[in-house]
Amino acid sequence: MTADSQAMLVPHTEDDAGGHMSQGVNTALLGMLLFIGSELMFFAGLFGAYFNTRATALGLGQPWPPSGLEDVIEPGIVPIAATVILVLSSFTMQWGVWRIRKGDRTGMNRALALTLVMGLIFLGMQAYDYLTLVTEHGFGINSGIYGSLFFTMTGFHGAHVFGGVVGISVILLRGLAGQFSANHHIAVEAVSAYWHFVDIVWIALFATLYFLK
Amino acid sequence: MATTTLAPGAAVYGRRSWIYEWLTTTDHKKIGAMYVTTAFGFFLIGGIFALLIRSELALPGVQFVDPETYNQLFTMHGTTMIFLFVMPMMTGLANYIVPLQIGAADMAFPRINALSFWMVPLGGLLLYSGYAVGGAADAGWTGYAPLSEQSGAGVDLWIASLTLLGFSSILGAINFLATIFKMRAPGMTLMRMPLFVWNMLVTSVLLLFSIPVLTSGLMMLFIDRNYGGGFFDPAQGGNPILWQHVFWFFGHPEVYVLILPAFGIVTEIVPVFSRKPLFGYKAFVFATTAIGALGFTVWAHHMFTTGAVYLPFFSFFTFLISVPTGIKFFNWLATMWGGKLKIDTPMLYAMGFIALFLIGGLDGAFLAVVPFDFHVQDTYWVVSHLHYVLVAGSVFAIFAGIFYWFPKMTGRSLNERMGKFQWLLLFIGTNLAFFPMHLLGLDGMVRRIVDYAPNPGWTELNFTSTIGAFIIAISMLPFLWNVFITLRQPRTAPDDPWDGYTLEWATTSPPPTYNFDALPPVRSERPLFDLKHGAVAAHAVALPAVAGTTHDETRADAPEENLGEPIEGHSEQANAGDVQPGVSEAAPDAVPHAARKRRVKVKDTDLPKKEDTK
Repeated sequence: MTADSQAMLVPHTEDDAGGHMSQGVNTALLGMLLFIGSELMFFAGLFGAYFNTRATALGLGQPWPPSGLEDVIEPGIVPIAATVILVLSSFTMQWGVWRIRKGDRTGMNRALALTLVMGLIFLGMQAYDYLTLVTEHGFGINSGIYGSLFFTMTGFHGAHVFGGVVGISVILLRGLAGQFSANHHIAVEAVSAYWHFVDIVWIALFATLYFLK
Repeated sequence: MATTTLAPGAAVYGRRSWIYEWLTTTDHKKIGAMYVTTAFGFFLIGGIFALLIRSELALPGVQFVDPETYNQLFTMHGTTMIFLFVMPMMTGLANYIVPLQIGAADMAFPRINALSFWMVPLGGLLLYSGYAVGGAADAGWTGYAPLSEQSGAGVDLWIASLTLLGFSSILGAINFLATIFKMRAPGMTLMRMPLFVWNMLVTSVLLLFSIPVLTSGLMMLFIDRNYGGGFFDPAQGGNPILWQHVFWFFGHPEVYVLILPAFGIVTEIVPVFSRKPLFGYKAFVFATTAIGALGFTVWAHHMFTTGAVYLPFFSFFTFLISVPTGIKFFNWLATMWGGKLKIDTPMLYAMGFIALFLIGGLDGAFLAVVPFDFHVQDTYWVVSHLHYVLVAGSVFAIFAGIFYWFPKMTGRSLNERMGKFQWLLLFIGTNLAFFPMHLLGLDGMVRRIVDYAPNPGWTELNFTSTIGAFIIAISMLPFLWNVFITLRQPRTAPDDPWDGYTLEWATTSPPPTYNFDALPPVRSERPLFDLKHGAVAAHAVALPAVAGTTHDETRADAPEENLGEPIEGHSEQANAGDVQPGVSEAAPDAVPHAARKRRVKVKDTDLPKKEDTK
């Protein structure tokens, strides 16, 4: 069993792969990539709602953001710092992948731990941002369509970051248990792909909600 | 050839109760069978809703149900039939058949497969539990805002149910795509795949990219209803039309999710029962992928009358998408043309499908004409159209598939005479129930209303339609009886009762847990035909190097393997389960297979005596 699963992970010749397609992207990683494609469409639905609402308002000659809410969502120090940390965490994640591809378990564990901490900091800063908005501006999910859009989009993104944090925790624990090697670390690749996705969605969200408006 | 004495789990785990076995199984065949059975149960429930609706509409006036109950009835009917019957039924048939047709031992992710299945009954439970909290959802299966924002708690359960069922479909789609891309038999290129597999591939892509958009809409609706959100509420700056956009961006690909597997089933059956290869395999593949791509460009044809969409664009693309469907009709008819037709029950259903789906398709083309659509929007014309494509389309294809694959799934063949009798009843009932709706729709009868005016002719047409609905219901009785008596008989069905073309007929009926001992070489889209009719089999002997090129152990017994090379790479499963190594039930498969291969090398007498039985 072990011998077999190891054997499947070494690169095969094309002839050999004629069997059950062991060449190309790994099956589990393919599953994760397809799942990410699906998740992308979920956020596409939310972005579609945002731009549809925005276009409708502007088409009717109404201001966007709605009057009274122009200055609520500002790219202040906390959102910018959170963004920088999340983007950097994508690099630390990839660093971890590169380490384990070379068989360096310790290096991978360090990179994963760092990524995990950065993800948690991002979540903490998002919570702080939410708290500020609600307490200081009285701006919540029920503050008209603008509030609904802002909190729904960033909230579902935050939930996805949390999912990524759980995923990183799992592979970190598995990494600490020494379960990964240069040839056997598909779970790390899959979580890394997911984390990059979460990061890219945030960049799009940040640009849309904080700058484009 | 395959002997069940090789069943791998037996020696490892000892005996378990059959209930435990079914509850915990990750075998794609058992999961497929559970999907099919569950979906059929929901079909009967959805049918009861339909009968209640038709009973109420038999005569003008309000006789049996009050308007509120009626709203719940058509909402539950639509949601049940689409999300709990047709989708799980197609997934179930595909679950059973796709791995067999591509020569795989199981789906790529067997445990996720089990998870996908178990979400379906749970989704049904959530949906119907609306009745326990003061009324099920009543905003129609389309859940249009603002109505869906105002109704009772049933809608919240409807949202939860559809989210769960959608998640099940997304996981299923990922599973099918990974299986189809990664686990095909040696030699089975994409352009040699059976067309059922091709249709499931495109269906899975549609599901993967459309369901999450519905989920996003459902989340917005939930937030509006429960947390004071304003997405679909104009008072808060929202827009109810947005719901329609989001819903139909899912909803129109969904239509093809319901019909593409049906196309696939019919396309498997028509060539086999015409004794010809499919006419225009490549054209059919391209038509299928074209439908998949165009399926995302036509959603707003459900919204012509909102005034919020660019009519020429969506009208044009709606006409355009009928072209690939027309190509498929041409493929089927040209396949039958000059063929030696065998009119067994599966073929009868497939031909019924072709005849009646054409009516439904033409109805749809009418609706693409904007002025006509304005006239019949929300009338019974639309009801007629969607029932001709879903009942005469999907349901006929489902019965075609059940009659076609029942021998493979159970080892027993359904009674042909009873099947044909059932077909006749269903054919008559379908037309009687849904054809009068065309006339009612043209006459302006509005759908989703409990009552109607006693206008001249309306009562007769509605009464006819109700009779048709009851004939459809009665046609289920011979089917249930047929299944009941067949399952009590001994397993006498041959492995290949229809003289089939595709790999599922190369194994026993029913197949062993691991599906195949050996696979015939795949040199065309009809590997089994090639094997049985010689030409390519001889060709394969002349070119032995193509088969099993690198596995030295397996080469050792190659001279005795006149059926092809033993399966290699069963450890693919172990590989797929990499994240959770080898704890799934399917995984033990990999061990004895690998062990058996190694034994071949060590000692010839250890080989199972399968060669003798050939």
